[in-house]
Amino acid sequence: MKNIIIEKTLKLDCGKEISNFPLAYETYGNLNEKKDNAILIFHALTGDQYASGINPITKKEGWWNYAVGPGKSFDTDKFFVICANVIGGCMGSYGPGTIDPLTNKPIGTNFPVITINDMVNAQYNLLDYLKIEKLFAVAGGSMGGMQVLQFVSNFPNKAKVALPIACTASHSAQNIAFNELGRQAIMSDSNWRDGLYDQKSTNPDKGLAVARMAAHITYLSKQGLQEKFGRNLQERSDLKFGFDADFQIESYLRYQGSVFVDRFDANSYLYITRAMDYFDLTKQYGGNLSKAFKNTKTKFFIISFTSDWLYPTSENKDIVIALNAIGADVGFVEIKTDKGHDSFLLDVPDFLSTIKNYLNTTYSNINERRI
Amino acid sequence: MKEEFKVISKFIEEKSRVLDVGCGDGILMEYLLKNKVVDVRGLEISKEKVKKCLSKGLAVIEGDAENDLKQFPDLSFDYVILSQTLQAFMSPENVIENLLRVGKKVIVTIPNFGHWKVRLDLLLKGEMPVTKNLPYQWYNTPNLHMCTIQDFYNFCNNKRVNIYKSISLNGEKISNITTSNLKYKNLISELGIFLLEK
Repeated sequence: MKNIIIEKTLKLDCGKEISNFPLAYETYGNLNEKKDNAILIFHALTGDQYASGINPITKKEGWWNYAVGPGKSFDTDKFFVICANVIGGCMGSYGPGTIDPLTNKPIGTNFPVITINDMVNAQYNLLDYLKIEKLFAVAGGSMGGMQVLQFVSNFPNKAKVALPIACTASHSAQNIAFNELGRQAIMSDSNWRDGLYDQKSTNPDKGLAVARMAAHITYLSKQGLQEKFGRNLQERSDLKFGFDADFQIESYLRYQGSVFVDRFDANSYLYITRAMDYFDLTKQYGGNLSKAFKNTKTKFFIISFTSDWLYPTSENKDIVIALNAIGADVGFVEIKTDKGHDSFLLDVPDFLSTIKNYLNTTYSNINERRI
Repeated sequence: MKEEFKVISKFIEEKSRVLDVGCGDGILMEYLLKNKVVDVRGLEISKEKVKKCLSKGLAVIEGDAENDLKQFPDLSFDYVILSQTLQAFMSPENVIENLLRVGKKVIVTIPNFGHWKVRLDLLLKGEMPVTKNLPYQWYNTPNLHMCTIQDFYNFCNNKRVNIYKSISLNGEKISNITTSNLKYKNLISELGIFLLEK
């Protein structure tokens, strides 16, 4: 597993300072001689640095395998793709699961509350380490999109292109509510023990599984669920008049919950959802989102999905409006799909091909103009 | 089409900021980028066309002129172009008002319903005109508000909108429209191209 130790002190939004902490990352493709083909990808709530290919830890496909790889939207034959595990995460970066050398136990809830801003500032160090002066692009969906917005506002001219996908500039009450539901499920699991559970023995798996089940529903659309599952029964010909998983949708959710606990730490789930809830870029800039992008020359391409009710088109459009208000270079399209918020992770050909063409054309346009 | 682009491109000064409202596949945007040093943006209602534009790396946003022009600040573009779509809006009046708010100058092109072929169709056949520029039948046309060059002149006069330049297009023939030849140009022009300012 690739990682760097960030020695430099990072002042967190909560006021605490951290230093000498690990940041795990992965790269795909090669950095060219001009060092102008690097793309930094930010992962969403439950993602990690393994965007493409097979995740060596879970042995499953990387979370953005549809989009990142040779010949794909983020074409690794052409671009050098970097992805880091966010701080607060549980795939090698500094997080609540990191072992505290003083106690030899996980830091747990003694870990400081972090924000999207802190995540982005931590990852910036990786660019210094990789000696990348300027990125061709930053991209990400959902919480990854929030990091894109924060990144461009913190470092206005570090990336030529920004792709915030299915995200928001300000986490809505509904989204905070769903996150709170997930956190309460974890915290009501008696194994959670105020977050000081020992990962090796008893984890709050039940709570985390319920959190995942609830969240999973929010990633799909009603129509998508209806078409995929309807009222189909799970390996039975009739109702059993009990509380087993009679319906396929129940069985599916239970499965999603059970596989999730194998790869994710409950405390990380608390910290990362908290970071999302605290995200309000508009408020950071005194109620005027345009100010967040005031000095940027970055080209924006914003994408939303018709059936995404978690980060709906209207919230994505607010970002477009803020950018247009200051004459920024912005493209926007709402992709038609019934796959809900999850669309950005799935095989949605329109979405994948538009990104691919946009990146390839923009990369050559920028280079041609330079000559 | 080429002639229309030529005329529009001539209207536009170098190094200006341009918004193409109803930019379609982005062919006018590409034409301008190729022939001028301009910063050009587009607004388009069709998802398919927006995707095509973005695939070409053009800065186009999905939206419609009747609702989404609001987000652009006053005078935020040097030129706003509306090519052959005015007649398709619910309220052309409001759209023109918004174009003049957003753009320092506005370029509008209209298919001329005053062209002699159109007049003849109605006069002789007694049927709604179907021509090369207006290929739709009455029951499937997206054109809600057809007007003639004369109508557009009257509209601008009533609204106190200055017509800086007006050009007639008839096939490949490009000519100026003046107050003295207006009646004649209204009869022979297929397309009218106007440079407006509030």
